This record gives sequence, structure tokens and C-alpha cells, in this order.
Amino acid sequence: MKRTTFRNPWLPILLLSPQLAIIAVFFYWPAGYALQTSFYLQDPFGFGSTFVGAENYTRLTSSANYQDALTFTIVFTLLVTFFSLAIALLLAVKADKVLRGARTYRTLLMWVYAIAPPVAGLMGVMLFDQSRGNLTQLFQALGWDYTLGVNYWDTAVAMIVVSVWKQIPVNFIFFLSGLQAIPRSVHEAAMIDNRSGMSRFWDVTFPLLAPTGFFLLIINITYALFDTFGIIDTLVKGEPGNNPMTLVYRVFVDGFRGGDLGGSSAQSVVLMVLVLILTIVQFRFLERRIHYT
Amino acid sequence: MTFKTTAALGVAFGLVAGAAQAQTEIEWWHGMGGQLGESLNEIASDFNASQDQYRITPVFKGTYEETLTATIAAFRAGEQPHVVQVFDAGAATVIGAEGATIPVEELLADNGVNFDINEYIPGVRYFYADADGTMIGMPFNSSTPILYYNEEALDAAGVTPPATWEEFAEVTGPALLEAGYVPLAQSHLPWIFTENFFSRHNLQFASNDNGYSGLDTEILVNHPAIRAHFEALVEWQEQGLFGWYGTGWADNQSRFEDGEVAMWLGSSASFGGLLERAEFPFSATMLPYWEAVTTEPTQTFIGGAALFAMSGHDAAENEATAAFFAFLSSPEVQYDWHRKTGYVPITQAAYDVAAEDGHYERFPAAEVGIQQLSLEGGEFTRGYRMGFYVQIRDVMNREYGRILTGDTSVEDGFATIEAEANELLDRFAQTQG
Repeated sequence: MKRTTFRNPWLPILLLSPQLAIIAVFFYWPAGYALQTSFYLQDPFGFGSTFVGAENYTRLTSSANYQDALTFTIVFTLLVTFFSLAIALLLAVKADKVLRGARTYRTLLMWVYAIAPPVAGLMGVMLFDQSRGNLTQLFQALGWDYTLGVNYWDTAVAMIVVSVWKQIPVNFIFFLSGLQAIPRSVHEAAMIDNRSGMSRFWDVTFPLLAPTGFFLLIINITYALFDTFGIIDTLVKGEPGNNPMTLVYRVFVDGFRGGDLGGSSAQSVVLMVLVLILTIVQFRFLERRIHYT
Repeated sequence: MTFKTTAALGVAFGLVAGAAQAQTEIEWWHGMGGQLGESLNEIASDFNASQDQYRITPVFKGTYEETLTATIAAFRAGEQPHVVQVFDAGAATVIGAEGATIPVEELLADNGVNFDINEYIPGVRYFYADADGTMIGMPFNSSTPILYYNEEALDAAGVTPPATWEEFAEVTGPALLEAGYVPLAQSHLPWIFTENFFSRHNLQFASNDNGYSGLDTEILVNHPAIRAHFEALVEWQEQGLFGWYGTGWADNQSRFEDGEVAMWLGSSASFGGLLERAEFPFSATMLPYWEAVTTEPTQTFIGGAALFAMSGHDAAENEATAAFFAFLSSPEVQYDWHRKTGYVPITQAAYDVAAEDGHYERFPAAEVGIQQLSLEGGEFTRGYRMGFYVQIRDVMNREYGRILTGDTSVEDGFATIEAEANELLDRFAQTQG
């Protein structure tokens, strides 16, 4: 790779400055402010505040409810990421083989991508409605006494299903283009070596899809952690009650509903650190094992 | 068009524009959507039509919680509206922030509007007042929990609406169950079965006069009487006498509207919606009480919201706000609002107008809320004032949900609520430091 050098050291800084300014205003400044707020207990209107040191953090470690939200977030993220990737991959592999009417077929599969999370949540609410929901009726016909909003895990199921459904099209688009980028010659060579479609997929196609997969893994974890907010809020109808909560939703509930700015800031700082660690782990350990062509 | 008409039009336009400029503009942020929002907009446009000095613009800001959050953000940026609607659970936040609002009593007095707290019906007088009884927020949409019942169901079971929980457990409930109904449901456990459980039985809900006279308040929610009530609920749920359909308000109300549930505890303001959707004759009665706890049940707290005048505006704008508050509390406007929405009239005069008009002969259920708020008061029935109360309610909802789904016991649930609520109260006290 060729290393570009600038004779004037100020030029690159000048060229970067618009981007840096945007990051500073929209990321570093609020993040710094959140960090500062997390050490105080503050009147929402800004009249009084008390410095409490690390108390906003230490109380999280002793809060059973916070631990519960943490566990649920991990389970939720793993399940949403796994299912939305697996189902999208399956659909993409199958769609890749379709010859006739491929375009229509693919468009239909991408359809859901255009739906905003709260709208997806609302459709979920309708499908899982306690008395009129189609899926509720189906579950009950199968002998499962399913009620959204009453049973903790029943609500969790709805959250996971709607979140997965919403994310499949994004993954599908990327997987499909990834599959189409694999040269035909590779497939043909593999065909000679191995007749089993299954093992050809795992030995040849899957490793070649790895860069796409790695990218999607990061995108999906971020999605499950943060972007599912709208879906969760709509499904619990703004009233968390005894329903499961993700960490991000809890930041919102404590800060925006409850007006506890300090406590909510501390939680968002914890979340920032978690994401930072996660990103480092992903790039350090996972990316090494992936070969870009 | 001739020169004359053009000139005349020009002059006319100039006059209109001049008049428009002389008007004082004020803004009103609120959290009422749908039908209620339309009724609210009517009040605003009626006020604008009633005079030409002031002009109020209502702005819908989402839910109550979102309205409060938007107001806080706006206040910190110096862009606050003139009037804001704050709900019962958020009252402590806004009243605690002294200097954020102008007490309504002071605002009205400064602008020459007559104010006498005794004109307000007993139940609403002190809920939004400070420790000295000065009214800070103007009660606007006030409601209270009452028991609605399906008349067909009660006739089929051959029972009358229960006055006490003992009667429900022994007579009403089993008979309704026999008749094929889920006898009872409710829509808001913290409001109906906690806060108003305490006021109905005149029990102390929090130290410092229910939180009015100090910040170092401790919640007294872990009371044997309410624990016994929840033990009874769990038992009723097992027997099929009580149905719980989650924390969402509508999920529980719709079971009543569908005719599956025979009696439902909701808000006096649910009346309008029920009238529209229920296809069976229904009526209402007061919130039942435990005879084992008291034989003299007292009035309940109001729910709903109040209007607060935000500080930081000039005298002319404050005058406009005062004029609007005076308009709003006039008997005619109050009666109109009461009739359309089911919220209780806040003044005795408005109540009288409604009675004279024969409103309660046509709809007896519409009077239950105000009757309940006009009952004899007690030491602990004027209200409660606790900071971070929205979060405390969330904790209650969580633990009650866990109790009713068998995840925890009544004893443990209440111990958790007590501990977490007291921690939140302690934290709130520190935010005021």
C-alpha cells in the first residue's frame, strides 16, 4: 500500500476539520457532558445539584433490577443477532439460486427494510394483541396460553420476533450481494471436488462470505442493543411494568420518564464502555480470522 | 377592482394586522391526544374568541411524561411555554423546582383575578398546593378512580354493586363468576390500589404529612392493610374472581368493554369513552373499601393533571395567562369540559351548573367521581408529594406484576417497593440540595 504524505502538516488537519467538528459537537461534547452529569444528582429543572461521586455507578451493581436488565439485554442481543443473521443467510442462499422472477422475489424480501421501528412495533402489537392478535390466537390454538404484557417471557418473545423480522431484510441484501460477488469459477471448481451441496457451502461459500458476515455481525449487535428501542417502547406501550427491558430502554425510562439525570447518565456511560469493549474485542480477535479478498 | 375598494381593503387589512399585533400571544403545552385533545383545542379557541386582547396556542407534546420532559428541556434552554400541563405523578418535580413556576394563587392575585380556594371542591383543593396550602398548579383535568359495572351482568347474577371488598369477596364476586363473567379487573395498580387505597382508608402514605412538609420523606407503603389487600387479590385471581391483563391501561379496559369482565376499576374520566364503545348498559359506584380497615371511608385523591404557569415571562404575558386561568375555571367552561370528557368539574359552582342542567339525571355514573371527591376528608386525604414518583410508580408496577404472575410473594414485593422507593426519595432529596 502506498503511504500518502503531505508536505504541509496543517493541510490534513484542515481537510479533516469539518468531520472532526461534527464528531466533537454530536459525540464528544454530549458524551463528556453525560460523564460529568453521572457524578451528580441534579434537579431536572437545573436549580440544585449535589456531587455524589461514584454513587450513581455503585448503586447499579447492587440493583437487582439493573442486573436483570443486563442479563436480558445479553440474551436478547444474542438471540436477535443469531436469528436475524441465520434466517437472512438461508433466504439469501435460496434466493441466489432462483433463476426465474428473481428480481420480484428479491424485492419482496427486502420490503420490510423500509418500515420504521415504531411502525414495526405497532404491527407487532397488533399481531400479538391480547385478545385480537393473530399470532396470539395461533399460539392459543396450539395450547400455549400466550398473553403479551402479563408474562415476562411472553413479552420477551414478541420483542425478539419483531426485532428479528425487522432486521432480516438488511442482512438479506448484504448476504445476497456477498453471494453474487463470489466468482462462478470458484463454485465450478468446488463442484468438481465435492458433490455435496451442504459441505460445499460450509467449505467454500461460507468462508468467502465471512467479510460480509463480520460486518453484519457488528451491525446486528449494534442494532439489537440500540435500534430496537422503538420496537420495545411500542410493545410495552410506554409502561415497562414487569416486562423485560434492555439497557438502552432503561436509560430512557430513568432519564426521560423519571427525570433522574444522574442515574441515567451513569447507565449511558456504562453502556458506552460496554460498546467500546465489544468493538475492540470484535476487531482484535474476530477480524484476524477473516481474510478479505 | 377600483382604487377605492383597494384602498379600503388596504386600510381594513392594516387595522386587522394592527389588532393582531396588539394581542398578547401565549403558548400552552399539553399531553392530551385524540378526543380529549380536540376538546382541549375547543377551550383554547373559545378563549380566543371570547376576547381580543390575548391569544393562546395549544401545542400537543405527546404523553404526560414527554410533555414534562419537553418542558424541562425548554426551561433549561430558556424557551419555556407560558402554560404547561403536568400530571399528578410529576407534580413533585415541578413544585419542587421553586422558581420554575409562578404559584397560581400569586399569579391570579397579581393580575386582579379573584381567587378563593374554598370555591374549589374539597378533593382538588390541596393536591397541587404547597405545605402552607397555597395553590401552585391550577387543577385542570381531574379524575378519580371509580368502579364501573355492567348492569346486564349484575342483573344476570342477581347482585348489586359492592360497597366493600368483603361484600365483593363473599357475595358479588362468586355470583358473577357463577354467571360466567370475570368479576373484576382494574387498569392502574399504583393509582387505584395503592395511592387511593391509602386515601380511601385515611391511612398515612408517607412521612412528613404524606411528603408535603419536607424532603426527607419515607414512604409508608409497606402497610399491613395493603399487604392484606394484595394477598386477597392473589387469592381472588386464583379463584377466578379477579383478572389482571398487564400494566397497560387499555388491555384491562377493553376486557370490560368486550363484556368479558363484569366490573372494572377505572378513571371517572373513562366515562366518555365507555359511553361510546360499550354496547351494554353500565353505571358506576364509588371505590369499594375494606370494612375490616375502616368503617368511615374517606375521599380519594385526584388523578389527571394541573396547569402550571411557567416563570420567566413578562408581565403582559403573565396577565394573559391569568386571564386564561380565570376563563378556564369559570363554571360554564368547566361544565362543558366535564360533560365532554368525564373529568370532574373543579369548582362547586361548575358542579351546581351541571346538576341544574340535569346532567346527572341523564348520566348518574358521571356524578360518582365528584361525589367521591366531596366525601369527608381525613388527615391523609389531601394528596401526597414525593419526588421521582414516576419511577416509584414504575417500581410498584414491576413488583405488582411479579406478584400477580407468581414471580414473587406479596411480602417480598412490598419490601422491595419500600426499599427502592425510599432510595429514590433519598436521591430526589439530594437533587434539591
